[in-house]
Amino acid sequence: MAKLNLAIYWAASCGGCDIAILDTNERILDIAEIADIVFWPIALDFKYSDVQAMADKSIDICLFNGAVRNSEQEHIAKLLRAKSKAMVAFGACACFGGVPALANFTNRAEIFDRAYIKAPSNDNANHTFPQTLTKVEEGDLELPECYDTVLTLAQVVDVEYFVPGCPPPVDIINKIVDALASGQLPPVGSVFGSDKALCDECDRVKEEKKITRIYRPYQIIPDPEKCLLEQGIICMGPATRGGCGQRCINANMPCRGCFGPPPGVIDQGAKMLSAIASIYDVKDEAEVKRMVEEVVDPAGIFYRFGMADSMLKRKRM
Amino acid sequence: MSFEPRIVAFLCNWCSYRGADLAGTSRMKSAANVRPIRVMCSGRVEPVLILKAFKVGADGVLVLGCHPGDCHYAEGNYKAARRMPLLKKMLEQFGIEDERVRLDWVSASDGVRFVSIVDDITAKVRELGPFLRS
Repeated sequence: MAKLNLAIYWAASCGGCDIAILDTNERILDIAEIADIVFWPIALDFKYSDVQAMADKSIDICLFNGAVRNSEQEHIAKLLRAKSKAMVAFGACACFGGVPALANFTNRAEIFDRAYIKAPSNDNANHTFPQTLTKVEEGDLELPECYDTVLTLAQVVDVEYFVPGCPPPVDIINKIVDALASGQLPPVGSVFGSDKALCDECDRVKEEKKITRIYRPYQIIPDPEKCLLEQGIICMGPATRGGCGQRCINANMPCRGCFGPPPGVIDQGAKMLSAIASIYDVKDEAEVKRMVEEVVDPAGIFYRFGMADSMLKRKRM
Repeated sequence: MSFEPRIVAFLCNWCSYRGADLAGTSRMKSAANVRPIRVMCSGRVEPVLILKAFKVGADGVLVLGCHPGDCHYAEGNYKAARRMPLLKKMLEQFGIEDERVRLDWVSASDGVRFVSIVDDITAKVRELGPFLRS
């Protein structure tokens, strides 16, 4: 079998997904054996012009991590789409918006105001902002335009496969490598993960879900055997796709939802909000009010990874 | 033409929908802005339905159920009463004003109360303006 052409790109990303690929350790040699990496900004020196020069569909598979929040990222997403047979939304940011999509609770103007004017460490009396075009005597300097709204990859280009996780676990990356090596990819549109919610694979003891208090993770030391929700800690398990190996649960920390919604759930945050309120074991209005107050930041907790992919997608400004 | 709000109202089959129906058959006059959706129980109304109503063009959402203690399914309205305050707290973070979403109780015989609630939310949302800011 001829070597595959593999491209890996990062948009609005922390770099963790690229590191996850390196975390395959010696299996990176297997990747090198079946594929030529033709573009990988974090690790290799190929330029945008190299991608531009490629024939359409000459890249077999493009692992695109990071959300899309500026014009450069949108442009390269579309360029890679044209040059690639298959686009993979790699990681929670490309799939659902990820943590960067929490910027959808604000907008460009507010972000720039904070970053360039109001932040305490600034010294910017002239209120200088980055501009998309700045003319200097040597010529024109261009910067990408920052968008008001963070987008998922699928909201910009067609996507064949989705690999959730922040970052995708190494054993899932290994599954992808195996699929590529054998030529047996799953149906287009597939998500690499379980078809059930995390609770299904979680091995903690589950009894009855009735709580009278919400605890933030730092407030108690959870019992490592019992379901975290039953101990009053908000765990996104019921509204999150499984397949991650319950790594956070095993570290005695609640799931944060980085695998996105399970199949059939349109809006992960709304589903989880419903689940949490449903297990309150109080009837009195004042008690309900108290428990609501104990959820300090509902939007941040329920939409930590899924804001760009949610029903409303952003705050109404 | 001044702004006329579009209010989606989730009405439970056993109490509030019948109360709305009574208001209609009794020819009571009320604001005509409500689009009713009959559900079996107010406890069926999950948050994503309310979000979707806004997404597809509603300016306000009304959820009416049986009075506490009178739910046809015993506890459904209590579940609605637990969900709504948490949802409203989150909607504030989304920039959606408190008066755009309302949970209340209307019995099957209370056409008068149905009309009063409809008129009230319509007036409040009319004052707030359209959900979609131009």
